[in-house]
Amino acid sequence: MSEKFNEIPMAGNILKPGNATEYKTGGWRAERPIHTDETCLWIKNGTCGRCWIFCPDNAVRLIEKEGKYSYAYDYDYCKGCGICANECPTKSIRMEGE
Amino acid sequence: MATKSKTPKHPVDIEGLTGDAAIAVALRQCDVDVVSAYPITPQTIIVEDFQKFAANGETHTKVIPVESEHSALSACIGASAVGARVATTTASAGFALMWEVLYCAASMRMPIVLAVANRALSAPINIHNDWSDSYGGRDSGFIQVYCQSCQEAYDTTIMAFRVAEDRQVLLPIMVCIDGFILSHNVERVEMLPDETVKKFVGVREPFQNLDPDNPITLGPLCLTDYYFEFKEQEDRAIRAVPEVYKRVEAEYEKLTGRSYGLLEKYKTDDAEIIIFTHSSPAGTAKAVTDVLREKGEKVGVLRLKMFRPFPTDAVREAVKNAKAVVVFEKCMSFGAPCNPLALELRTALYEAERRPLVADFVIGLGGRDVPPETIVQGIEKTKDYLKKGKAPMYETLGVRK
Repeated sequence: MSEKFNEIPMAGNILKPGNATEYKTGGWRAERPIHTDETCLWIKNGTCGRCWIFCPDNAVRLIEKEGKYSYAYDYDYCKGCGICANECPTKSIRMEGE
Repeated sequence: MATKSKTPKHPVDIEGLTGDAAIAVALRQCDVDVVSAYPITPQTIIVEDFQKFAANGETHTKVIPVESEHSALSACIGASAVGARVATTTASAGFALMWEVLYCAASMRMPIVLAVANRALSAPINIHNDWSDSYGGRDSGFIQVYCQSCQEAYDTTIMAFRVAEDRQVLLPIMVCIDGFILSHNVERVEMLPDETVKKFVGVREPFQNLDPDNPITLGPLCLTDYYFEFKEQEDRAIRAVPEVYKRVEAEYEKLTGRSYGLLEKYKTDDAEIIIFTHSSPAGTAKAVTDVLREKGEKVGVLRLKMFRPFPTDAVREAVKNAKAVVVFEKCMSFGAPCNPLALELRTALYEAERRPLVADFVIGLGGRDVPPETIVQGIEKTKDYLKKGKAPMYETLGVRK
């Protein structure tokens, strides 16, 4: 954030489409989601995915590789809102203070 | 008065036009792509005349009728954002309803021309002239110019596009005329041929405009990290206006022989008392000056044309030898030390080596007539204040009290 007034585009115009990805909003997080593989339906059989559907920041990563399912968060963008934990039908996600 | 055009270089069409009609003709000639406006007295004729031009196929302009002034200026911003040349017009309550969007237009750097037929604000509801509406928008980032005649309204509207669209500026501009006094009174107006105006204004070359093939975002959220820097940009842009205006006007003068300047000095060179005002009271003040000069009184008129950006140095220079400056203004800034025009003047003079006495008279609110007597009364009071060596911060003139 060191640019001077004459080093930035006029009037706040964003000249590069999609550059919101450069803004790592993960820094806003007060609580982080902790995922448990044991009860997760995605890990079990590649179903459910409610956390992925509801995540407002596209920070849930549902991964399928050679028939094996794994799960991860993109903490660069996860703001810790807790929606995934709230939506999880098997209580496989809990929020933990940062 | 503007410099007299004795030998115009182009054939001119001369007609008796109201201030509104003169602006409508100017807009038609300026090759405007989009006009979005909502009619409100006393600006209505501009919208009506322009709609007529559009309906008769005399212009290619897309006219967008809207349900409010908030929408009118919003539509203008959208059109300006894709690179169109855009104009709108309003007054009074309509101006007030545009309020939020005024700042958006200026901050998004949209070179929109907004014609304002100055009218009092409610309540009580009043359709007549004072400057409360556009004075209220003086900090919005718009350039503000005030016209004294229908001819000036025509000329200024044409020049306004060039000033606003200049790459150094890119700011919206208000062209203000006194409601009814100018908007509805017929005066002799010299008009340039359509082709001459079209050539003068040229085609707008947009900067960072919306384009589906090259998508960008305009007007996004911006908080503590960058907002201040964009205001710095805006401030520098409006500071560039006087030079651009002078350049555009010099070019226009070559076509018409007419120029106005940021300030008009009328018999001020040796004046002991200088009247400082603008718009229609300036005309009355000049007539009063002529009479008082015949009686040997050293009076002059400094007519402000550009209120924003305020020509601080030029004002300071113009009044430096006067004993007193008498401000006549059609606006009240309730609770302020004095009223907007005098506030600007007093601020400009604070750094001056020698400060003339300043008397501030609020006149003509709600269209109350400002006859020559009112101006004379102000001058007489100022003479008293000069003897006493002190003037009140402001007073009202022409009100029953």
